[in-house]
Amino acid sequence: MNFTLRVWRQKNAADAGRFEMYEAKDVSPDLSALEMLDLVNDELQRRGVDPIAFDHDCREGICGSCAMMINGFAHGPQPAVAACQLYMRHFKDGETITIEPWRARAFPVIKDLVVDRSAFDRIIEAGGYISVDTGGAPEANSIPVPKRDAEEAMDAAACIGCGACVAACPNASAMLFVAAKISHLAKLPQGQAERARRVLDMVERMDQEGFGHCTNHYECMAACPKSIHVQFIAQLNRDYLRAARTRRPSGCKSD
Amino acid sequence: MVPGLWFLRSSIGKKALMAASGLVLVGFVMAHLAGNLLIYGGPSALNAYAEKLRHVPALLWGARLFLLAAVAVHIATSVQLAIENRRARPQRYRLQRSAETTLAARTMLLSGFLVLAYLVYHLLHFTFRTAHPEFSRATDALGRHDVYAMVVLSFQQPPIAFAYVLGMAAVCFHLNHGIGSAAQTLGLTHERTIRLWALAGRLLSFALFIGYVSIPLAILLGLVG
Ligand code: HEM
Ligand code: FES
Repeated sequence: MNFTLRVWRQKNAADAGRFEMYEAKDVSPDLSALEMLDLVNDELQRRGVDPIAFDHDCREGICGSCAMMINGFAHGPQPAVAACQLYMRHFKDGETITIEPWRARAFPVIKDLVVDRSAFDRIIEAGGYISVDTGGAPEANSIPVPKRDAEEAMDAAACIGCGACVAACPNASAMLFVAAKISHLAKLPQGQAERARRVLDMVERMDQEGFGHCTNHYECMAACPKSIHVQFIAQLNRDYLRAARTRRPSGCKSD
Repeated sequence: MVPGLWFLRSSIGKKALMAASGLVLVGFVMAHLAGNLLIYGGPSALNAYAEKLRHVPALLWGARLFLLAAVAVHIATSVQLAIENRRARPQRYRLQRSAETTLAARTMLLSGFLVLAYLVYHLLHFTFRTAHPEFSRATDALGRHDVYAMVVLSFQQPPIAFAYVLGMAAVCFHLNHGIGSAAQTLGLTHERTIRLWALAGRLLSFALFIGYVSIPLAILLGLVG
C-alpha cells in the first residue's frame, strides 16, 4: 500500500512547528502505524533528514507510550486499540493520513509527536496510591472482595495512562484518567482509608495542571484504547462531592 | 459541613453548581408548563391561576429571587467553565473528528445564550409588559388582569408566536444534552443508567417542546381564543 503522510514536525518546545508531507511507499497492510513510521524514518535517515520523533515502548498496547492523533482520532480511527496496534489495512490505499501530537495546555510538545505527559505523574503523586508498609505479599484471600467490585476495579485499572482521553476531549479534560485512577482504589477495601483525601487532592492537582472540565461529550470513552467507561467519571463526581462535605484538599490552607 | 471557597474554584465544584442550578430551572420549566396549559381550560381557569399566584406575594417573590439566583449561578459557572475549557487547548488540531458527542452537547454555550435572549424578551413581554403593551392592558369581568386575553392577542401575531417557537426550540435543545449531563455531573448515574438518563432527558425536553409550542400554535391556528 502507498500513503501520503501529513506529519507535524517541531524541533523543540520553542519551535513554532509545521506540517510536512512524506510518502510512505510499499507499506505491508500488516504493519502497525508505528512500524509504518519506522519505515518512513529509515528513508528519511537515508536522505539525511531528521527522523520523526514519536513515543513508543511495548508495541503491544500495554505501556501507553505511543501517543498520536491519526486522521482526527486519538490512536487513529479504530476503536479500542493504541496506535501500536492500529494496522495499516484499516486505511485506504493512496490515502493522505494526518498525524499530529496530543494537543493540550497540560501536555506541551517536546518534539514532533512527543508530548510531555508528566502532568499525569504529578496527579498520581497527589494521591493515586495506598500507603502501606511493603513486605512479603499478603495472602490474597485474607481480605475478601466481592466479585462485582473486583471486576469493576479491574476495569478501571486497565487504564494505561496514554492520554488519549485528554487528546480526544473537546475540552482537553483529564477526568477519565483521574476517574479510572480513583475508581480502581475506591472499589477495593485497601483504598478506603485514604479515599476522601485521594479524590480531593488528585482533582486539585488536575485543576492546577491546566486540564479542562468535563462537559460529558464522552469522546474520551470512544478514544480510550482500553474502553474505560464514563461510569467512572460519575463515580469520581460522587466521591468528590461526598468528600467535599467533610474535608478540603491538602493544598488548600485557608477556608 | 458546607465546603468553602476552594470548592467554587475546583472543576467539579463549579460543574456541580452549574448542574444543580440547571436542574432547578428545569423544575421551573416543568411547573411553568403545567400552569400555562391551563389556557386550554379557558379564560377563567388561567386568570384565576394567575390571580392566585399574585395573592401570596411572599411566595411569588421568594420564588422569583430563587430562580433569579439559579439563573445567575448557572450563567456565572457555565461561562467560566467555557472560558477555561478554551484555554485548556491553546493550539487546536488540524483535524479532529468526533465519535460520541452530539450537536446539542457541542453548542451548549450558543443555545444557552439564545435561551437568555428569549428569557429577556419573554419577561419584557409578559412580566414587565413593555415589549407589547397594547396586548396586556385588559382586565376580565371580575376585574382581574386578563392574562388569557394577553396571551391570545399576542400569539395571534405570527411574528410573536414564531419568536416563542424559536425560543422554546433553544430551551429544549439546551435541555436535550443538559438533563442527562447534569445527572452525570452530580454522580447520579451508573454504568447502566447513563444512557437511560440521557434518553429520559431527550424525551423530557421533547415533551416540553411539544407542550410549550402547542400554545402559540393553537392560538395562531384559531383553535384557542
Ligand atoms: C410558550 C411558552 C411560554 C408561555 C406561554 C409563557 C407564559 C408566561 C406568562 C403568561 C407569564 C406571566 C405570568 C403573569 O404575569 O402572571 C410568564 C412568566 C415567566 N416565564 Fe414564561 N411562558 C413560556 C415559556 C417560558 C420558558 C421556557 C421560561 C424559562 C426558560 C419562562 C420563564 C418565565 C419566567 C422567569 C417568568 C417570570 C416569572 C415571575 O416573574 O415570577 N417562560 N410566562
Ligand atoms: S507502544 Fe506501548 S501501548 Fe503502544
